[in-house]
Amino acid sequence: MEKLQAAAGAVLVPLLAVVASLLLFGLFIALCGYDALEAYRLMVVGAFGSSFAWQNTLLRTSPLLLTALCTALPAQMGLVIIGGEGAFVAGGLAAAAVGLPMADAGLPPLVGQIGMAAAGMAAGGAVIALAGGLRHWRGVSETISSLLIGYVVIAVMNQLVEGVMRDPTSLNKPSTRALPESYMLGTMPDFSVHYGLIYGLVFCVITYVLMAHTTFGFAARIVGGNPRAAKMAGLPVGLLTIVVCAIGGAAAGLGGMVEVAAVQGRANATLAAGYGMTGILVAFLARQNPLAVIPVAILLGGIGASGGLLQRRLDLPDSAVLVLQGILFVVLLASDGLAGRFSLPRFRRARA
Amino acid sequence: MTGDLGLWTVPIAMLGGAIRVSTPFLFVSLGELVTEKSGRINLGLEGILVMGAMSAFATAYLSGSPWLGVLVAGIVGAAFGALHAGICSLPRVNDTAVGIALMVLGTGVAFTLGKPFVQPHAPTLAALNLGFWSDIPQVRAALEVNALFVIGAIAAPVLRWALANTRWGLIVRIVGDSSDAARAMGYSPLRVRLFATSFGGFMGGIGGSFLSLYYPGSWNEGLSSGQGFTAVALVIFARWNPMACLWASLLFGAAGALAPSLQAVGVTSGYYLFNAAPYFLTLVIMVLSSSSRHRLAGAPGELGVTQ
Repeated sequence: MEKLQAAAGAVLVPLLAVVASLLLFGLFIALCGYDALEAYRLMVVGAFGSSFAWQNTLLRTSPLLLTALCTALPAQMGLVIIGGEGAFVAGGLAAAAVGLPMADAGLPPLVGQIGMAAAGMAAGGAVIALAGGLRHWRGVSETISSLLIGYVVIAVMNQLVEGVMRDPTSLNKPSTRALPESYMLGTMPDFSVHYGLIYGLVFCVITYVLMAHTTFGFAARIVGGNPRAAKMAGLPVGLLTIVVCAIGGAAAGLGGMVEVAAVQGRANATLAAGYGMTGILVAFLARQNPLAVIPVAILLGGIGASGGLLQRRLDLPDSAVLVLQGILFVVLLASDGLAGRFSLPRFRRARA
Repeated sequence: MTGDLGLWTVPIAMLGGAIRVSTPFLFVSLGELVTEKSGRINLGLEGILVMGAMSAFATAYLSGSPWLGVLVAGIVGAAFGALHAGICSLPRVNDTAVGIALMVLGTGVAFTLGKPFVQPHAPTLAALNLGFWSDIPQVRAALEVNALFVIGAIAAPVLRWALANTRWGLIVRIVGDSSDAARAMGYSPLRVRLFATSFGGFMGGIGGSFLSLYYPGSWNEGLSSGQGFTAVALVIFARWNPMACLWASLLFGAAGALAPSLQAVGVTSGYYLFNAAPYFLTLVIMVLSSSSRHRLAGAPGELGVTQ
């Protein structure tokens, strides 16, 4: 009963937050002089109304699944990591840096793809593991450091893409050379969404099992609950911190690899398009639960996908999507604080 | 404006550039310093900065008065700061997360409302009322650069004095170092943080108004290149000391001005790395001055991100 109530609350509160956010968003655009009801309709149509809309939605879902894990996994240890953007960029850059020479050497596509995925995960993992390590051994705030490291990584990417790694033929938009067609992750049969989506889904499920149903995950969550108790119990807090951060970073890095090897075909500044930032929102909305990341990422992917339709039909600026995301985030956080006050009667606390 | 300075010698161009680039840093970091002194961190300053830039530009455009724009930017920023403080005063709410949420919200609202104002009418507005300082054209131009900067440069020592010597400064510091002690003395930490965060938002908004009304002096979606985040790093870099904020702002401004200056004399490599120098420097400072045993030297006791 208690468990059921907790589960109902865990689903109901975010759901109410989503509804309240949509109402606030409608109010906002109505005040700006747009037709709010039509906007709602277009959002549903643009996100989930046709197979083309679904395709668009799922294409945007794919990177969000992976960047959300970059925040959600360390959060289980009580760490607030906001450097997913940097890990994503690092992963994409590493994938290009490894994939291009492998292609030049004539290695078979499968080997190349595995190499790129490994490089992307290693690079992204290293970025976030560094933040985790600094936290553990130097007491540096992982929140600030992951953000700063992210900015440095983006600068390095821009530098390399405009410098040594630049394809001289990319004039307007400095990029690396393009990966050969055979190295690209293809699209799924009967369904023009690339295989990167599967990577994201599998990553979410595996990390959910890892965190919720293994000794490793249990140990990590103990560290999150009470670091001192964890240390007393003899848990390797430092190692756990590094490994969990590395897995989270590896997820975002793989996202960057997919962006390069399935969408862009090359590394350039568009890698830093904000998937890392939106991933933070997804993670918080999903209550840092890797499994809940999946529906939330689809929801936010859908919101992003409907932006184009809103722009075309209602002449709504594309930044309206950002407004909705911002409202959603603010309302969700406020609902966390308000939940205790207005939710179902709290038998658990009364009994204790 | 930029051209005139460029004709002077390179160091003066550097200095001018440093002052120009540093002004938003200075305002945002002084505001954030007060917020952090009260024990909260507001990562939403990036959104507040952009909101300030948009509202200042829109107000100046519609009313013809840039200074009214600056004021409105401050008020809008303060409102966002108050929103941050309001949500953070609820139980179980993480101030870092609220900051990121406000960053997204502020950026989105600013871009959406500011869409009609993406027009090239800004420079005249900015130059219109700022040039009343002197009779000599060159000095006038130089002092134009300094208009808001001078206010910020005066605000730094004033804030330092106020935090150290006034009743208000003491209350803010008590709340920031130990909310239990503050409560025991009869002060409400939540209310003090509301004022401190609103002040931070006010300053952040003004920092944004500088971007849209003076340099670069127009409103568009690429206006801010992360100055709001840099300022948060800058406060840590300056170890929560207002005067150090002033010097650090100039240093960060100079780092930002270095890349274009070098580009002007033909050194084009390393552009992005110079831009990232402030982040790297802050990271190094944090690593060197932190320890897993004690908090960052000078950090307010209640500040979550330094624990």
